[in-house]
Amino acid sequence: MDSGDFMGVLPELIVVVTALLAILADVASKGRNPSAAQGVTVLGLAVAAAVALISPSEQTMLMAGQLFNDGFSAWFRALFAVAGLATAIFSPLYLTHRKIRLGEYYSLLAMCVFGMMVMSAAANLLLFFVGLETMSIALYVLVSFRRDDAASVEGGLKYLVLGAFSSAFLLYGMALIYGGIGSLDYVAIGEALRQSDGIGPMTVTGIGLLLVGFAFKVSAVPFHFWSPDVYEGAPTTITAFMSTGAKAAAFVGLIRVFGVALILTSEHWTTALSVMAALTMTVGNFVALRQTSVKRMLAYSSIAHAGYLLVGIVAGTPQAFAAAGFYLIGYALMNLGAFGVLMLINQRGKGDYSFESLRGMGTVYPVLGLMMSVFMFSLIGIPPTAGFFGKLYVFSAAIEQGHLWLVIIGLLNSAVAAYYYLKVVSTMFMAKPEGDVAISQPFAYKAVLAISSLLIIVIGLFPDQLVTAMLRAVP
Amino acid sequence: MLEFLYLIPLFPLLGVVLNTFVLRGQPEKLVGGVAAAMVGASFVVAAGAFFQLLGMPAESRHFEQELFRWIVVGNFSAQAGFLADQLSMIMMLVVTGVSFLIHVYSIGYMHGDAGFRKFFIYLNLFVFFMLLLVMGSNYLVMFVGWEGVGLCSYLLIGFWFTDELKASAGKKAFIMNRIGDFGFLLAIFLLWTTFGTINFREIEPMAQAYPVGAGVITAICLLLFMGATGKSAQLPLYTWLPDAMAGPTPVSALIHAATMVTAGVYMVVRSNFLFSLSPMAMDVVAWVGGITALFAATIGLVQTDIKKVLAYSTVSQLGYMFLACGVGAYTAAVFHLMTHAFFKGLLFLGSGSVIHGMSDEQDIRFMGGLKDKMPTTYKTFLVGTLAIAGIPGLAGFFSKDEILWKTFESHNYALWAIGATAAFCTAFYMFRLLFLTFFGKFRGSKAQEHHVHESPKLMTIPLIVLAVLSVLGGYVGVPHALGGHNNFHEWLLPILSETGEHAGAHHGVPTAEYVLMAVSVLIALIGIFVAKSWYLGKSSLVESLGKSGTRNLLYNKYWVDQIYDTMISQPLVKLSEIFARYVDQGTVDGSVNGLGATVSGIGGIVRKVQTGVTQNYAVIMSLGVVLLLGTLLWSVLG
Amino acid sequence: MPDVLHNNSLIVFLILTAGVAAVVGLFVALTIFLGPKKPNEIKDAPFESGFVSKTDATQPFPIKYYLVAILFVVFDIEVAFLYPWAVSFREIGAIGLTSMVVFIAILAVGLYYAVKKRVLEWK
Repeated sequence: MDSGDFMGVLPELIVVVTALLAILADVASKGRNPSAAQGVTVLGLAVAAAVALISPSEQTMLMAGQLFNDGFSAWFRALFAVAGLATAIFSPLYLTHRKIRLGEYYSLLAMCVFGMMVMSAAANLLLFFVGLETMSIALYVLVSFRRDDAASVEGGLKYLVLGAFSSAFLLYGMALIYGGIGSLDYVAIGEALRQSDGIGPMTVTGIGLLLVGFAFKVSAVPFHFWSPDVYEGAPTTITAFMSTGAKAAAFVGLIRVFGVALILTSEHWTTALSVMAALTMTVGNFVALRQTSVKRMLAYSSIAHAGYLLVGIVAGTPQAFAAAGFYLIGYALMNLGAFGVLMLINQRGKGDYSFESLRGMGTVYPVLGLMMSVFMFSLIGIPPTAGFFGKLYVFSAAIEQGHLWLVIIGLLNSAVAAYYYLKVVSTMFMAKPEGDVAISQPFAYKAVLAISSLLIIVIGLFPDQLVTAMLRAVP
Repeated sequence: MLEFLYLIPLFPLLGVVLNTFVLRGQPEKLVGGVAAAMVGASFVVAAGAFFQLLGMPAESRHFEQELFRWIVVGNFSAQAGFLADQLSMIMMLVVTGVSFLIHVYSIGYMHGDAGFRKFFIYLNLFVFFMLLLVMGSNYLVMFVGWEGVGLCSYLLIGFWFTDELKASAGKKAFIMNRIGDFGFLLAIFLLWTTFGTINFREIEPMAQAYPVGAGVITAICLLLFMGATGKSAQLPLYTWLPDAMAGPTPVSALIHAATMVTAGVYMVVRSNFLFSLSPMAMDVVAWVGGITALFAATIGLVQTDIKKVLAYSTVSQLGYMFLACGVGAYTAAVFHLMTHAFFKGLLFLGSGSVIHGMSDEQDIRFMGGLKDKMPTTYKTFLVGTLAIAGIPGLAGFFSKDEILWKTFESHNYALWAIGATAAFCTAFYMFRLLFLTFFGKFRGSKAQEHHVHESPKLMTIPLIVLAVLSVLGGYVGVPHALGGHNNFHEWLLPILSETGEHAGAHHGVPTAEYVLMAVSVLIALIGIFVAKSWYLGKSSLVESLGKSGTRNLLYNKYWVDQIYDTMISQPLVKLSEIFARYVDQGTVDGSVNGLGATVSGIGGIVRKVQTGVTQNYAVIMSLGVVLLLGTLLWSVLG
Repeated sequence: MPDVLHNNSLIVFLILTAGVAAVVGLFVALTIFLGPKKPNEIKDAPFESGFVSKTDATQPFPIKYYLVAILFVVFDIEVAFLYPWAVSFREIGAIGLTSMVVFIAILAVGLYYAVKKRVLEWK
């Protein structure tokens, strides 16, 4: 271990310092004004994202082989920092209107980002678990941050109970894998599997339990039940953050553990995972179809997107993982953007986030409507947007591996999905606005929305650059 | 001009940008003028490119322009590039030419509309995507255009969104198309894995290595055709097109008659090297096309909305084009595509002129006698009607006749009979439309009668131009039997693969062709005669129809049903009733709606499981764990 | 299949589990059906080390109790970490020192926060 190790984890260190400074800033303001904490967090996360992107990311290990320092961890550290950044920029508007003045919010947000970074870089199951818990515990608090709101507290408690339930499975799975293979280190596990000829029931049980833990975190059916309730109860800013950042972190872990370390055992779990993927896409979509609240619709649709991403894991090739990485980045942009517009429009309202609340807003605020349309069309997967190429790459990687039926289900599902996403666009543009439609649009807020919608189009026009970068970065 | 190929789609895109950002708050004439000028500029470039291609030797008439390397994944790569060859050149000319005329027309038609600028932005955007679709050098660029035109169609159908019905018609169109797109996308994946490329000109030689009837080729063709049925409104995905008439009439003319809906035909012709390898897919295409042609034509017989008649007519004519593709007569399909763009564009614009003059009345039962009040519209509409009915000397005659002849020549006698019957229906419903709209006495309200006027020059000039094209457009493909050279056929022949259309257009017995020609003309004349005797001869019948109509709509509807009941002796009309009432609304619409209900129902059940009770979740999760571990352990122990 | 039956501890385990479950189940069932049931108030009262319980067991504790308890656990763990660190201090050198400084600094910020939030004031 040397100073290079510290340079390698610089983004993580910056985020931790940010979290600490945010909490100190809050204490300094005597808990009355969270804007100092917010400023610190925005600045810190921006720096962390920049450092993560520019720092050299050769295929090395850090901290005595505990952390990967490869392209994948660099990209995703940046993604988590950006997701946290966007959330921090979205938050003041939301919190002020709900009279929440606690600066701890931002500190916890930064803690979450830190946990996600550890999850994406961990080279050891135990460290992954530490990252996961750091993220989850901060999220439990954030979900129930609206203490005067029953749904928020209920959501937080549900998340805590079920999260602990799934963590138990995850830990027990790790224990069994340690028992069966003799290591918790990803590289060592992969090496041991290469040496051995087949695995026993203990290891398989361990893998199964590990899969349960991951499936819970990515909200795959039938371990998805927490997510609609939690997503609905949580402050909308946190919903946006969870459905993008937390999901991406779990997927990176899934790729590293199942896609690389345990790939030699794939014959045992591919079928189960593909059934899970098919169910996840279908259930997510079909329930989203019936929602009257856009917030809940987006929550269910994020389950469906997890299903599409699982198709990439099932395919199990580096191309598929690069495609999944591409998809995750695109999805983070479009989902954060969609939530951002939704929150901007519902900023003062009764906070019902219904389709009705969007009526005619596209005609009153054409730029906002245009950006929302970009997000929705990208979520549907219409070219030329990032969402289209994400699906294209993931599905083509799956087709190459012969998972034709899974791709058929995926494509049928994305045809169904068009319905509810379009409903957003059509209520925004093809209805008359009702009542008072005045909203405030802070500059930074709109800038985030504009940048993400532009990025979606740019990625859609030149997907090659990003996918090549992903292919180079893939573990 | 070929090196400036990229300018063709760029001009409309420039129009979008200009109208979105620069021309905000400018007068209508400028906004519309810029939009039209941009499409006009595209047409000029396309025409220049066309003449340059014409000057080249026949076998080297293609030009591929790579813009940039678009996607590279592993050993797969796709370029963002354009292809100009005999086929795409025709499409470019038709798209830009007809679009230009419709843009000019729209300046008059949309005059005073609150969304004037928005309309032209969408329209230009549509032209851009349509050009992408026909110019793309590979399936992915085509797909991007394909989705783009669907998007614009959705935006334009719901243009007058104040009406909930119209907004939902737009959504229906989009979703029906998504079902078709699913097939198209799957076909692209299959092409990708089978050939390792999706470039048209690269696949073509590789496809020749496959035997006729190869399973994977058939699968690709059927999936491609599935995409085509969605976009080109064929059975069973056609129901969106009649609903799409909710959009402004120029949109119906441009998107839902002349250009976008023909994209499916273009795609099949473009993929002829694949279809020719799969006799089964060809049969499917031919039969779906033939049955759609007849089916839609019979429904057209009973419609009373002027635009609905034309919409079903479009579905029917598209059926003809697929019929032609299915029997291997690709050039006939493209020929009909072109002439159809002229005369159907003309008919729609004419109907728009009528609707405009009649203060937004669309029901032909409340029209009549417009011949003298709108002379230019009447004359051009008459030309369009004669052309679509297949009267010799007009464009529709040559193209439709070629399709029927090729069908007969390929020994598909049943399909020929279907096509001929549909031709009879076409002649009948078009003249019924003409007689009810322009002849007899005026049956509308007093206010409407007072208001009726001929449309402004901006609208009538495009009508006249299209009318001229509807007459002359056919002379590029005069068959050999009539002493022509069928230049159109000769021009397109090089793009057809060796296994494609037979090069020899000379063989066959001319007498048989003459006889068939005479038969189809006779059929059309009978159709016109029947329409005349019912709707023009018994003028009292039509007048009473109008009188009751103005008084009591409900009664009138009942009465129209009575008329059709008395026509039961006419088996075709009965058939159309059955189709319209049971098959169309019952089966097809029903199954589509039923699908929606099922989907919604499943959604409801799944939602019920989401009880909100944490213990239930934990129990289901535990069951999931047991199942998961069960399957995993089974894979080790079992 | 025979392989699995002969040479598999899992099968043995399953058979044992089934056997235990059957025997235990049988006895539980027997007591339920055969045992005499004469409930009275004293019998139904919760057993608390022989004392008669005075109040409801679910009485709320002051929140301060939990806050202090959690803080105690945190610093308890810190001390638990310090022991092995101190023992191997020489071997891990400057890196070890930096790591522990970072660790303690983070906890110190937490403690400062807790103090400022008046967690430690018992009133």
